[in-house]
Amino acid sequence: MFGFGILSGVTFLPLVGVAFLLTQKGDDEASLRNIRWATLATTLATFALSLVIWSGFDTTSAAFQFVEEKNWLGSGLVYKMGVDGFSMPFVLLTTFLMPFAILASWDSIQKRVKEYMIAFLVLETLMIGVFCALDIVLFYLFFEGGLIPMFLIIGIWGGKRRVYASFKFFLYTLVGSLLMLVAILAMYGKAGTTDITVLLHTDFPKEMQTWLWLAFFASFAVKMPMWPVHTWLPDAHVEAPTAGSVILAAILLKMGGYGFIRFSLPMFPDASTNFAPLIYALSVIAIVYTSLVALVQEDIKKLIAYSSVAHMGFVTMGLFTLNAQGMQGAIFQMISHGLVSGALFLCVGVIYDRMHTREISAYGGLVNRMPIYAFVFMLFTMANVGLPGTTGFIGEFLSLTGAFQANSWVALIATSGVVLSAAYALYLYRRVIFGVLDKASLKNITDLTPREIAIFTPLVLLTLYYGIQPQAILNATQASVDNLIQTHTALIDAVKLAAAGQ
Amino acid sequence: MPFFVQLAHHFLPETILAVGVMALILIGAFRGERGFGLVDEMAVGILGLALVAIALSSTPDTSIFDGAYIDDGFSRFMKALTLIGAIVSILLSVDWLQRNGLEKFEYPVLIILSTLGMLLLISADNLIALYLGLELMSLALYVMAAFARDDGRSSEAGLKYFVLGALSSGMMLYGASLLYGFAGTVSFAGIAAVVSTSAPIGVIFGLVFVLAALAFKMSAAPFHMWTPDVYQGAPTPVTAFFASAAKMAAVAITVRIVITAFPGVKDQWRQIIIFIAIASMLLGSFAAIGQENIKRLMAYSSIGHMGFALIGLAAGDEAGVRGVAIYLTIYLIMTLGTFAAILAMRVEGRYVENVSDLAGLSRTNGWMAFFLAMLMFSLAGVPPLAGFFAKYYVLLAAVDAGLFGLAVIGVLASAVAAYYYLRVVKVMYFDEPAPAFDRAPMALRAVLGASTLALLGFWVYPSPVMDAAAAAAKSLF
Repeated sequence: MFGFGILSGVTFLPLVGVAFLLTQKGDDEASLRNIRWATLATTLATFALSLVIWSGFDTTSAAFQFVEEKNWLGSGLVYKMGVDGFSMPFVLLTTFLMPFAILASWDSIQKRVKEYMIAFLVLETLMIGVFCALDIVLFYLFFEGGLIPMFLIIGIWGGKRRVYASFKFFLYTLVGSLLMLVAILAMYGKAGTTDITVLLHTDFPKEMQTWLWLAFFASFAVKMPMWPVHTWLPDAHVEAPTAGSVILAAILLKMGGYGFIRFSLPMFPDASTNFAPLIYALSVIAIVYTSLVALVQEDIKKLIAYSSVAHMGFVTMGLFTLNAQGMQGAIFQMISHGLVSGALFLCVGVIYDRMHTREISAYGGLVNRMPIYAFVFMLFTMANVGLPGTTGFIGEFLSLTGAFQANSWVALIATSGVVLSAAYALYLYRRVIFGVLDKASLKNITDLTPREIAIFTPLVLLTLYYGIQPQAILNATQASVDNLIQTHTALIDAVKLAAAGQ
Repeated sequence: MPFFVQLAHHFLPETILAVGVMALILIGAFRGERGFGLVDEMAVGILGLALVAIALSSTPDTSIFDGAYIDDGFSRFMKALTLIGAIVSILLSVDWLQRNGLEKFEYPVLIILSTLGMLLLISADNLIALYLGLELMSLALYVMAAFARDDGRSSEAGLKYFVLGALSSGMMLYGASLLYGFAGTVSFAGIAAVVSTSAPIGVIFGLVFVLAALAFKMSAAPFHMWTPDVYQGAPTPVTAFFASAAKMAAVAITVRIVITAFPGVKDQWRQIIIFIAIASMLLGSFAAIGQENIKRLMAYSSIGHMGFALIGLAAGDEAGVRGVAIYLTIYLIMTLGTFAAILAMRVEGRYVENVSDLAGLSRTNGWMAFFLAMLMFSLAGVPPLAGFFAKYYVLLAAVDAGLFGLAVIGVLASAVAAYYYLRVVKVMYFDEPAPAFDRAPMALRAVLGASTLALLGFWVYPSPVMDAAAAAAKSLF
């Protein structure tokens, strides 16, 4: 198609849906139905198309695949797309979760439906673009551009304090990203190109690496989010509509981790080694501290948001161990968290749609009226805790194994976080699901509708499937992880050798 | 080169404007009040003709009128921007003037006179031509600021602008006389030759005064204080003209004078430019936060944007000037689009200009809200809108020149500025609707739509602007 490949197709297919939605007029029920179905069809088609990437992906190679390249802005900037073992799973995660986000908004969004769907489709394009971009400026365009639709989603369709939350989200992320922009410009100045494949093999001077690493860190740490710059996340999650929370937790947070893998670790190996203790420290603080904070939350969404911060702590810790287990575990944890936290926010959405409150104290004894819901919620709670047999276990176990090899103290403290996560998750589950159903407002609450069951079934299956059979994901990332670690070790050894020789 | 050949080949746009404006004055004088429509349309035609003359000219860089005037790639690029700004300003003004009973033929005449001054200013190659252009431009602008004669605020704006403008002209003359006294010449090339090795202190002194006066015209901090009052008080279409065309000319001559006349003392003027840039960016970002009046908000926004454009100049090399040229192009589009939206803010026949009047616009007028929101995101520099690329290229030049501190302050200031641009989006999209606006005239909707589309589509096909800007920057070095 015009010389563009499958990746451009997947990336820009949602915009075709946008073009269609723009032609839709009217507010009556029939046209709203049209809009919803058209959006769902677009996301499903995008997912179907992305399966082509998956099936054609060569897992034995660490090289970029499906590469496409076009001249673009001139002066070194190119339109270049491609995926490797790091980015391919995230592309699929994105396209896979989008239909659920749309389905979750089916009935709960009643005002300005067309704008809502357009915002989500534009967001999908930008998110896929982030993972596919092989030009660092192109990456930045997608990375930053995603702020606009998310800002509107939180601000227009959010809860009571939506304005505060949307501004906080936007400005926090913007400040970090702008520092990264300066670093990108400096890298361009040094390497003379913005092509990621070339930058991966560019040797940046040691001093420069430190500054570049810090600038990228500013951006990705906010996006992850890492303690202490995580405070935007609970606000954004609480105020965002259900689908917004799902996408935020499942995909937008992963951009931070992806950024570390794609840029910080391979491009600034020296700085990454030097700053690893900082990352460890922040990670374990995040794991322990935010787990404790999660324990005392009164708002379900806020609790899950803090638990996300804690889980992202495992990811950053695993990534910077720079051994195969740690990195594989971190990547797996990101995928797993994408499925599980997305599903948890969908679970919250289910009862929020019925009761319009997220206060934990407003619930209790739901198991009596909603047995299927209780089962689904339990499964994802367990996956969130890291019960063996679910995806959560694989991710946490591998990243902790990696951490033990790198620094056993870090691993020791982090492991206590697993206990804490069981504490807050089970405490939440007990207060919401068990107990006596004595609240008058809950007497008539209904169990999952067929649409909701349809949403949860694939998520339940995948969570269990990858929990028992993690090879499917681990194989995809294996080659790229090995390659990164090899290159990194070689570079560090070379530096040591040079230092010893002097 | 014979005089008339010079006129025909290298002075054609200016000649068109000069002859045209005299014809328009005659027509206006004979037809009186009835002549407005005709004069207005002819004015657009004359400016358009000048624009075509620039677009078609492809002569090599040539100095004419004994070195007083230069016709080069940079001047053609900046003149094209200025003329576009002037043409669109006239298109935006028609409806406003009619509704306010100000259909006077003097208005388009003053715009052309002022534009002529800008063209002279952009091409000035010695201090005398510079001063001539500057005064021709400014005198017409003073009158335009006070054009709504019966409106107290407009008269106040005109008077303020005039008094402070006269002060800056004085500084300019004082600086120019110092430069002449110490360098012994008024031509830029001559000054460059004198200061190529060592610069007498008097030259530096004169340079400071000249730059101060030009900063005043650019409305860059710390010489910005007239800007908010004049922007708010002047009739809105006049403000649009101030913010678009006048800025182009002022920045163009600043770039030209420091690059061509003072390449030898780069380190000295760079300090000044860096200071002005930082002060403008910070002031533009922080002072705009509390503004309720959208014209005032845009005044502070323009101060901040001038600071950002000057980052490119601070780099002081070809890439930097290219960055400035790209920045100004995109800034021009954003400004014209935003003012088209401001002029469309009319409730039951009355013009309103508070940010709160935009409340809930997304529900009363979805397209206008969308366009204005995209303009705001672009002004804030969020990709993939064009405003990001404007910032990208000046920052790139600064980082390449090693000005990391300046670049970091710039991006942080733009994060602060993002707050108040977002506030406009918030008011339009998150708040409960205020009374709906009246239907905007065709011209405003066309300008608003076209500028937004240009900003949204810039990343798809940027090469025309990029190539032209690169060629313009090349001609200065």
